[in-house]
Amino acid sequence: MDRREFVTARKKTAQSRTYETNETARTFSGLTPYNGTWTSNEVIHLLKRTMFGSTPDDITYFLGLGMNQSVDTLLTVSATPPAPPVKNYNNTNIPTSDPDYNIPIGQTWVTINTTDADGQRRNSLKAWWMGLMINQERNIREKMTLFWHNHFSTETNDLGRMIWAYNYNALCRKNVLGNFKQFVREMTLDAAMLRYLNGYLNINTAPDENYARELQELFTLGKENDPNYTEDDVKKAARVLTGWKINGTTNTYSFTAGQHDTTSKQFSSFYNNTIITGRSGATAGDLELTDLINMIFSKSTEVSRFIVKKLYRYFVYYKIDSATEANVITPLAQLLVSNNWEIKPVLSALLKSEHFFDVVNQGCYIKSPVDLVVSVCREFTIVFPNATDYVNAYNMWSFMQSYAALLQQNIGDPPNVAGWAAFYQAPQFHETWINADTYPRRNLFTDTMIGTGYTRNGQKIVIDPVAFTKKLSNPSDPNILMNDALRILFRIDISTASKTALKNQILLSNQAQDYYWTNAWAAYISNPSAANYQVVYTRLRDLYKYLMDLAEYQLS
Amino acid sequence: MKRRDFLRYTVPAAAATTVIGNIPIRTMGMESPLIRALMDNPTDTDHVLVLVQMNGGNDGLNMVIPIDAYSNYMAARSNVAIPQNKILALAGTSKTGLHPSMTGIQTLFNEGKAAVVQAVGYPNPDFSHFRATDIWMSASDSNQYVNSGWMGRYLDNEYPGFPNGYPNSSMTDPLGIQIGSVTSLTFQGPQVSMGMSISDPVNFYNLINGVQDPAPNSPAGYELTYIRTVARQTQQYADVVKTAALKVTTQSTYPTNNPLADQLKIVARLVKGGLKTRVYMVSIGGFDTHSTQVNQTDTTTGAHASLMKQLSDAIKAFMDDLKFLGVQKRVYGMTFSEFGRRIKSNSSLGTDHGAAAPVILFGEYVAGGVLGNSPTIPGNASVNDNVPMQYDFRSVYASILSSWFCVDNTTLQTVMLKNFQSLPIVKANSCNSTIPDLQDKLLIKNSPNPFTSSTMITFKTDGGHTSIMIIDTLGRMIATLVDQDYTGPGQYSVIFNAEKFAAGVYYARLQNGATQQVRAMLKVK
Repeated sequence: MDRREFVTARKKTAQSRTYETNETARTFSGLTPYNGTWTSNEVIHLLKRTMFGSTPDDITYFLGLGMNQSVDTLLTVSATPPAPPVKNYNNTNIPTSDPDYNIPIGQTWVTINTTDADGQRRNSLKAWWMGLMINQERNIREKMTLFWHNHFSTETNDLGRMIWAYNYNALCRKNVLGNFKQFVREMTLDAAMLRYLNGYLNINTAPDENYARELQELFTLGKENDPNYTEDDVKKAARVLTGWKINGTTNTYSFTAGQHDTTSKQFSSFYNNTIITGRSGATAGDLELTDLINMIFSKSTEVSRFIVKKLYRYFVYYKIDSATEANVITPLAQLLVSNNWEIKPVLSALLKSEHFFDVVNQGCYIKSPVDLVVSVCREFTIVFPNATDYVNAYNMWSFMQSYAALLQQNIGDPPNVAGWAAFYQAPQFHETWINADTYPRRNLFTDTMIGTGYTRNGQKIVIDPVAFTKKLSNPSDPNILMNDALRILFRIDISTASKTALKNQILLSNQAQDYYWTNAWAAYISNPSAANYQVVYTRLRDLYKYLMDLAEYQLS
Repeated sequence: MKRRDFLRYTVPAAAATTVIGNIPIRTMGMESPLIRALMDNPTDTDHVLVLVQMNGGNDGLNMVIPIDAYSNYMAARSNVAIPQNKILALAGTSKTGLHPSMTGIQTLFNEGKAAVVQAVGYPNPDFSHFRATDIWMSASDSNQYVNSGWMGRYLDNEYPGFPNGYPNSSMTDPLGIQIGSVTSLTFQGPQVSMGMSISDPVNFYNLINGVQDPAPNSPAGYELTYIRTVARQTQQYADVVKTAALKVTTQSTYPTNNPLADQLKIVARLVKGGLKTRVYMVSIGGFDTHSTQVNQTDTTTGAHASLMKQLSDAIKAFMDDLKFLGVQKRVYGMTFSEFGRRIKSNSSLGTDHGAAAPVILFGEYVAGGVLGNSPTIPGNASVNDNVPMQYDFRSVYASILSSWFCVDNTTLQTVMLKNFQSLPIVKANSCNSTIPDLQDKLLIKNSPNPFTSSTMITFKTDGGHTSIMIIDTLGRMIATLVDQDYTGPGQYSVIFNAEKFAAGVYYARLQNGATQQVRAMLKVK
């Protein structure tokens, strides 16, 4: 039976609901650990959500681990950060007096300040980041780094100094599975954030409310609560946060006691009329910040629900109906609180749940631009220049990053502090990625990568459809080939009639006998001459191109 | 840009042969706007070409039967041979006739609206379906691997930079249309495919994607439907096609249970509906008749007979409909198949893969009759004997391009990759050309073209990373002329020194961000 029937059948002992007949709940499944079968279908679903795409090799690897060990593996992230970006650009437009000038190509720039090289460094940072995603390890780290960047948004275009952008990125990566409360504190004092939301301009004689507002509205509490924090709370929080500065030499925060508001700040009834005692002196900022964060997090129900919903929408689906609210959001939020704001147990519970593996939650996620671009690179194992060939590797990663930007997801520069609309804007959410401009461009991207590819500096990156096909279980049988490829590339089944039509029209060039393909493949395998290669290459290229042009391919 | 594959089919301007003779227009200089316009812009012509593909390898010997070699024919394949008294006679010749099922084409032939070209093939024929099909579609030599199709190259030359900037006011319609779900190699340009697939011109559900399953009733299906809706809305060509189709409310009668007729009916409808699309491709399969090609008791019936009937009835109905709709003067058609079949039949009442085979041409402007002699059939045909070629299929293509679409010599050579003999298959003076509007769409040009040792390439960039690569017809990059970042928009020139390269066609590919454009250049000796 197909997977949809299977899951529904298994659940008949509990409830029996279909998507169509019950508007308040697409499913009643919750956090009970999933104990159904562990097949490539479940593996691919898990990988496409927690990583970027599901490569044939990764599928094999995780299939062998079973569900629990797979999720545990995905949630195991080394404490060692990856090597920072390096100088991949030359000294054109950098005066000899600038400190960046003397950095050799291949050495990192993150420790040396510059005046003139931040433009080049921005590209370097983005290319490096894209490279980390394309070369990701078998864990959730890069997916979560992107999540936190979207959550605690900053824009490199507003930062001026890319060392701050790098440090901010590293902070997100360090905290992927860390303590959320601690993370909020660290983010408040991050140089990029201080710059982006004017924290460094927030002084006792002229408080700036920017960060104080977003801290509550976007980073911790959200706007849905009733009652909620008030405008006055924003003003008071701004005063709590006065006095912080950026140290331009060390690129970290510093505190100027003389610019800190030393008065006591009373908050609204939402915060139980809490008073944060005014402090003075060098420790004032720290102490009041601790109080502020404690106060915000004392609204543990609101904060936990807010962040859990964001995680849910990022990994599962944007629609949170009342059943999902009751069976998933509420218990996960409680788990976050009872685990003292540790993110990892929450993700573990979600990713191991019946709800996550529920068939109604499979295949319904529109790939973000980064998801699409990186998964194409990974699933087809596009060969990039060696990472130590800095100039060329960064060039190619930069191309991928630019394309994702063209599709409206420019990493490092979301549209505004709220992040990308697809992750929060009701009612469309991820549907905003797809419009009359972006959808054709998505097809242009996949058409280009399977066609001419991209060439720069004598290096070419392109999908090799024959290499991909060789990884499938039995490429000489065109029916098995179609099924294997579709299993990896699509999350929605297509009918047997459609598979047959595609097989006949593309793999068999409108002949009706499977052996034409089998013979062509066998001829190529036994003698990979240019002629034999061309026969199978053109057909596989046309097949995968066609599949990637279909709407089904946009779903994850 | 257009999401779906579109056939890029263009007709360069100027009746070069009548005006200039053999001298390519370009050598007369680029200064004259008229000349420039003639060289660089599509002609405003209403001529249409219909390509009818027979998939599997049509048994040409039983389609166009050699009456003047009948005894050898019968001796070679008695178990599948058509009885002599059943062969359909063709006016003006007693040497050859048609399969008994082809009464429709017989009528057309006798009216001077259909013609036969005998033994069309190419040197060193390939017997593999896949490879042979690629050869017919790419118009390559049999030992050459060309990544583009002949129609695709032609359209790429005529509509540079496609799909960027299309549709536009001077070309609102698809450049070429394939009836069916998947566009073939024929329409592949040097970079992108130029063809658009249509299964049903009115029903949007099928228009975008001939292979489209109903969305499942689930959140995944819900999102899938959303994406398809956006796809539909962005498919501007779909609207144009649908509008054209809806203008035609009556057509004449077509045979039922005839998939080729169904396809040709759509073509007639779109032609009448006013699309400026100039080439359509239709196809039927089932021609790989290795066994039971005929019924043992009556060889005029059976699998091949049914296909011949389907072909003939469909084309006749199509021609009648074009007349009914009043657009018969606009359409010219040809049939083709990847190869013919073996002279000697096998013992399974069938025939195996062969070589040359006849091509049937149809239309008001067909230069009628039979071109060429009956195929040579040895008296004691062995299993290895094949019909030798009399005409290269690329001559047929080239003749249609130059006589029906008025392509000048230089362009013809870059599209067909070589010079080919011109065949008298189109009535004289069929070319009509008007002076087109100047277009400033070219981002890359070269001069002189053709050239003997080097040529100057001029290009425009918007700034950012820009590259120009020289690609040969096999798709290999043989030189990189430009590969750098420009700080802002501008126009630049670079010399391509081709002294060490052989004569032939080369493409200069400009890449600037998401923009790509290809310029076909011709090096001559």
